[in-house]
Amino acid sequence: MTDQFEPTIIGFTCNWCSYRASDLAGTARMKYAPNVRLIRLMCSGRLDPTFVLRALSEGADGVMITGCHPGECHYIEQNYKALRRFLLLRRVLTGLGIEPGRVKLVWASAAEGARFASETTTFVEEIRKLGPLNWGKDDDGPQTADDGKSSIVHGQEMEVPA
Amino acid sequence: MTEKIGVYVCHCGSNIAGVVDVEDVAKWAAEKLGHQGVVVARDYKFMCSSLGQELIEKDIKELGLTRVVVAACSPHLHEKTFRIAAQNAGLNPYLVELASIREQVSWVHTDKAVATAKSKAVVSGAVSRVIENAPLDEIKVPINPNTLVVGGGIAGIQSALEIANAGFHVYLVEREPSIGGHMAQFDKTFPTLDCSACILTPRMVEAGTHPNITLLTWSEVVNVAGYVGNFNVTIKKKARFINEELCTGCGICQEKCPKKVIDDVYEAGLGYRKAVYTPFAQAVPNFPVMDKENCIYFEKGTCKACEKFCPTNAIDFNQQDELINIDVGNIVLATGYDLFDARRVSNYGYGRLPNVFTSLEFERLSNAAGPTTGNIVLRDGKTVPKSVGIIHCVGSRDRNFNNYCSVICCMQGLKFAHLVHERTGATVYNFYIDMRTAYKAYDEFYQRVLEEGTLFVRGKVAEVTDAARYSNERGKLIIQTEDTLAGKQRRIPVDMVILSSGLEPRHDAREVGKLFGISCSMDGWFTEKHPKLDPVSTMTEGIYIVGCAQGPKDIPSSVAQGAAASARVLDKILQKEVALEPIKATVNKEMCSGCRICNGLCPFNAIAFLADDNVSEINPALCQGCGTCVAACPAGAISGTGFSNEQIIAQIDGLLMRNLEPVEA
Ligand code: SF4
Ligand code: SF4
Repeated sequence: MTDQFEPTIIGFTCNWCSYRASDLAGTARMKYAPNVRLIRLMCSGRLDPTFVLRALSEGADGVMITGCHPGECHYIEQNYKALRRFLLLRRVLTGLGIEPGRVKLVWASAAEGARFASETTTFVEEIRKLGPLNWGKDDDGPQTADDGKSSIVHGQEMEVPA
Repeated sequence: MTEKIGVYVCHCGSNIAGVVDVEDVAKWAAEKLGHQGVVVARDYKFMCSSLGQELIEKDIKELGLTRVVVAACSPHLHEKTFRIAAQNAGLNPYLVELASIREQVSWVHTDKAVATAKSKAVVSGAVSRVIENAPLDEIKVPINPNTLVVGGGIAGIQSALEIANAGFHVYLVEREPSIGGHMAQFDKTFPTLDCSACILTPRMVEAGTHPNITLLTWSEVVNVAGYVGNFNVTIKKKARFINEELCTGCGICQEKCPKKVIDDVYEAGLGYRKAVYTPFAQAVPNFPVMDKENCIYFEKGTCKACEKFCPTNAIDFNQQDELINIDVGNIVLATGYDLFDARRVSNYGYGRLPNVFTSLEFERLSNAAGPTTGNIVLRDGKTVPKSVGIIHCVGSRDRNFNNYCSVICCMQGLKFAHLVHERTGATVYNFYIDMRTAYKAYDEFYQRVLEEGTLFVRGKVAEVTDAARYSNERGKLIIQTEDTLAGKQRRIPVDMVILSSGLEPRHDAREVGKLFGISCSMDGWFTEKHPKLDPVSTMTEGIYIVGCAQGPKDIPSSVAQGAAASARVLDKILQKEVALEPIKATVNKEMCSGCRICNGLCPFNAIAFLADDNVSEINPALCQGCGTCVAACPAGAISGTGFSNEQIIAQIDGLLMRNLEPVEA
């Protein structure tokens, strides 16, 4: 066992594309970082941004949202709605003092098992650099910030919104 | 604790058990998830086998399980299997969850400890989620036996005939004045060299006279509402300015019309038609249309030559576009392709060098009923070429244009080589990247063309130019290419160049896709439900895609797909009703504030605003269950069955293992 930080990541996948991409990565035995745990949604448009906040506040260090490429949505155009929500969510995260890089949006078609695998591994590396989030884990004692009051451990590059 | 949950961990032979300690996962689930209601957890060699399923069924009956989690492969593989098993044992099938520990764990991770730990998290997520699952029932809707086929090319004609012959009514809608599509433009078809018209025309006539087919040419679909079994379609029947009841198709109006127009559609720009015209002699239906843009009467207010000479008074300058409303149960889209515009490959000189021809132009040149009565001649209309270069893959297999292979171009290039040989005796060069002659009797045709003396040069042509460097190149077109078999650069002078152009999606395929609620791939072809196992269905139930609308295809494949889609349609019609997946959104009226935020979000127009009650309502038959509106409702008034907030949040918590029993200090 090394002391390397192993982030926990929740991945939201669309039933028609990226979940199938993850299936394909499996069928093709492509190896990728084991840190992502997936939740299947019917569409990336189903992603309520509060799910992301919930995941982060319940112990995830990062959240990966995946959907069909623009123009290929099974529901015609709902992934554009996911994109809009994602962009808004990043601003909200900044306001909450969380690095927006903890949430990532990836387009992956059902045929892109390799892309799914490599994007997952890359994302795990990115989160590893950001370090543990430990957001809202008041009940977890030792993992809270030094002063014992704030539960947020600030990352180095956190922007302070105006 | 009210739920009794069974957890079943599959070995999948060694597929899972080789990397995941499945016994440990099962043991852990029984111990650590007991507080959530897990009453039994077992591992078994093959859960999907009949013995594995019996194991689950037995537990449901004997232990009175109310929820089941199967930790095995992807739900896309066996969700249905286990749902049916549950149903057999008297449990609602939607109370079963699959935890994918094969595709998501054992096949992609290597460290046994890590893989086992992740499997536990995935199982924990599924257990938390399944508690929130609600029993669901399939929704049954009746099927209207009428069918709409859009596009009257060979694929659409085939599809319409199959359904009509089975005794059900078909509306066949075609944008052009006649059915027949691209196939009607060809002279010969590969590899049999059948006369295209000889095999197509009888089919066209059959479709035009079939008692079960309502043929609507010069017409376009303008609106589609409804869902599988119950589509309501509005069709615009464009004014023909001809009274179809009176017209006998004698053709006198076309003869008398003084206005000549270049025919860009049927004659590919090589021939003329009149302002009032049928595209070709065997057109079905055989009524002409008046082309308003070019008609002298519409331009200048005088002429009416056609009206004067029409023996039956069928010309009607006052005709208006008409909107027709029909109800159908299923829709087949056979909207075909557009030819790649060869002008885009400017280095091949099409549009600049007169003796560079496109494939469709050549089809018309070689057609006995075409503008040159089948004589293969240069653009001057008389000179017979002594040498001809045929360039393959124009606009296809090329990153600058289309990455994909257009399927038909090799065989078409070979057919052209044969026809040039046969009719002119010219020397023929075929420039190819790869020779692709799959399917029955195709490679034999290639061998035949080889034996006829066609010269094959492997290599992508760089340029077609008229800039002569040597005396033998003067007045010729020079094809500059790398010959990758000989390993050198070559300049080959020819009199005529034919570009075997690729196929592209119809220019308006995306709008048409939107109209019918189906999606297009990045390339623009309509997307099928499954590329291998369901090539004619789409993700929208009741809508099928056939022929080149789905992707490049030759005639046999288009016909096969037309027939295949009809089999699907007939299957639906004969079942009389269809069961829809119950994954739907519903609005809780008590909570809805009437803000209407959800209204514009639904791509299927499933959400209606009830002004009287000031609330929104979702039509379950239209809703496809994407869940976008659920995520958007600020009042939390919309709930999505199968993917409710409660289910997803429970799964998040479960995956993060925050639902485990607090550890004693
Ligand atoms: S978004 Fe919610 S509250 Fe607003 S109209 Fe739709 S259902 Fe009602
Ligand atoms: S779930 Fe999707 S398809 Fe259904 S009503 Fe909502 S937005 Fe429309």
